[in-house]
Amino acid sequence: MQFDQLLQFIVSGITSGSIYALIALGFTLIYNSTQVINFAQGEFVMLGGLSAVSLHSVLDLPLPAAFLLAVGIVTIVGILFERVAIHPLRNSSIITLIIVTVGASILLKNIAMILWGRDSLTLPAFSGDKPVEILGAYITPQTLWVIGLTTIAVLLLQVFYKRTIVGKAMKACSINQNAAKLMGINTSRIVLLSFAMSAAFGAMAGVLITPISMISYSAGGFLGLKGFAGAVLGGLGNPIGAVVGGVLLGVLESLSIGFISSGYKDAVAFLILLLVLFFKPSGILGSRVKEKV
Amino acid sequence: MASAQGTGRSRWVWVGIYAAVMALLPIIYSSNYYIKVLVALGINTIIVLGLNLLMGYAGQVSIGHAAFYGIGAYALAIMTTKYGLPAWLGIAAAIIVGGLVAYWIAKPSLRLKGHYLAMATLGFAEIVHVLFLELKDMTGGTDGLYGVPAPSIAGFAFDTPQKLYILVWLVTVVSLVLALNIAHSRVGRALRAVHGSEIAAAAMGVDTAKYKIQVFVLSAILASVGGSLYVSMVGYVSPESFTLGVSITLVAMVVFGGMGNVWGAIIGASTLTILQEYLKGYQDYNMVIFGAILMLAMVFMPRGLIGAGSEIISSVRRRFADIPETAGEENAAS
Repeated sequence: MQFDQLLQFIVSGITSGSIYALIALGFTLIYNSTQVINFAQGEFVMLGGLSAVSLHSVLDLPLPAAFLLAVGIVTIVGILFERVAIHPLRNSSIITLIIVTVGASILLKNIAMILWGRDSLTLPAFSGDKPVEILGAYITPQTLWVIGLTTIAVLLLQVFYKRTIVGKAMKACSINQNAAKLMGINTSRIVLLSFAMSAAFGAMAGVLITPISMISYSAGGFLGLKGFAGAVLGGLGNPIGAVVGGVLLGVLESLSIGFISSGYKDAVAFLILLLVLFFKPSGILGSRVKEKV
Repeated sequence: MASAQGTGRSRWVWVGIYAAVMALLPIIYSSNYYIKVLVALGINTIIVLGLNLLMGYAGQVSIGHAAFYGIGAYALAIMTTKYGLPAWLGIAAAIIVGGLVAYWIAKPSLRLKGHYLAMATLGFAEIVHVLFLELKDMTGGTDGLYGVPAPSIAGFAFDTPQKLYILVWLVTVVSLVLALNIAHSRVGRALRAVHGSEIAAAAMGVDTAKYKIQVFVLSAILASVGGSLYVSMVGYVSPESFTLGVSITLVAMVVFGGMGNVWGAIIGASTLTILQEYLKGYQDYNMVIFGAILMLAMVFMPRGLIGAGSEIISSVRRRFADIPETAGEENAAS
């Protein structure tokens, strides 16, 4: 394989990997505040993409406004979801909550099918389709938007965790919820906030990916799966791990398309995920799973 | 818990009642359509009984049982359509291959805990799904395999839905007895100990790794048997029957009925199978309603139907028993 071809595959891997990273961050945020794996995470992505399509093409809003409004709408969906279905069950077992998110995922997906139909819809690229040539690889401006905005979002999240009082409270909750409560942190608010942020990250991923690969009501399942895999690969609960895992998964997939065949790309990605877990049972950057006796 | 599961003799009375009801249903609802629903119900029950032992008793969550379901179905389909072997050999192959693959994946996977284990089983199932699609010479790719013959034993062919139902009924009842026996044996108690605290169980001398692998293999074999019965009924097999959605639905059946209770598995598999079938009449809205019911059921019955049922029974008992008011209120609040 030529170097420019390899570079091309790596760039497209980083692009899809950035999307997986945003979704993985959504999983991480909710996992850290509730220990729950949110199976509806992919539906946030799908809703973000489809809302932006409608806002832009039906309501004629300019792209940046459609982007922000779509993220806002999905954030409200995330908040409602937490208040209606997660908050009342805060004392139930984790598996019960996970099944609630499975129900929510089925519900949101099929409501989207009724609202938007079964066809794949698309958005125009944010700033044209003219590719830029870098070291022999052709990179579309949308790719740069995806990678750039994901990087900014990840950096802002780090600033949020390290520099703001709410961010520090959220971090405290993820380390020890009871201790955080005793320090006067309103953990219920933190859970709500984590769902809102998680929905926003998901929606952002959805709007970013739509110009590249289109979006339909059924896209959430596979996107959520990739995000979950990325979060686990990097080490569940670690935001940096989620980003590393997501991007790595995207690159692995892309390289297996290049070196093996596109039919096997999921199998290769998951095989490597399994091998990583077998040798490092808590993911690449995860801390050892501690069990209290 | 003990009263809900039945103790000693009453347990076998309930098994008898269940077996009788399941034998009578196809006589009352005798059209082919109803029989096919009952066959599907029996198959789901077989798989969910095994998954409930794994999840509810041993506390190990698998989001990959559609893989074993598929392995069982493909084992039978490949043996009969590609090699021309009789169907009962295909079912034997389903059990052996399903069990071996489960053993092979269980050894490294069950060292993982919680969500990491769930991810490993999910990843495994995704790999198996890709293999169903891509090993086209063996599996027929997206088209799948057609013309799988009905199984026959000693010249008796289970070639109509009614006859096949007899086989499914038999396997369902045997699986139920097996699950009850395991749940109420030394093994069942060991599994519960693992669920409670693996370290404590190990300290008490329970070989936790061995029991976890055994119950995983057993649940996978039940899923494989379910898969081979499924393909016997529909006569063809394709990858779309063994997706992540199927794995998740099976887990939902376990939790919906009531985890850690053998009868919960029966109730969960039966109600969700019938609900899904019933909702098909609502076309586009069917999955919206299904999702909403699943969510609401969990919000109002976090411990599943069995949990909700036993709460109602004990509150009725309290009302009729001679217990001071305050004690009753305390129980209701907890």
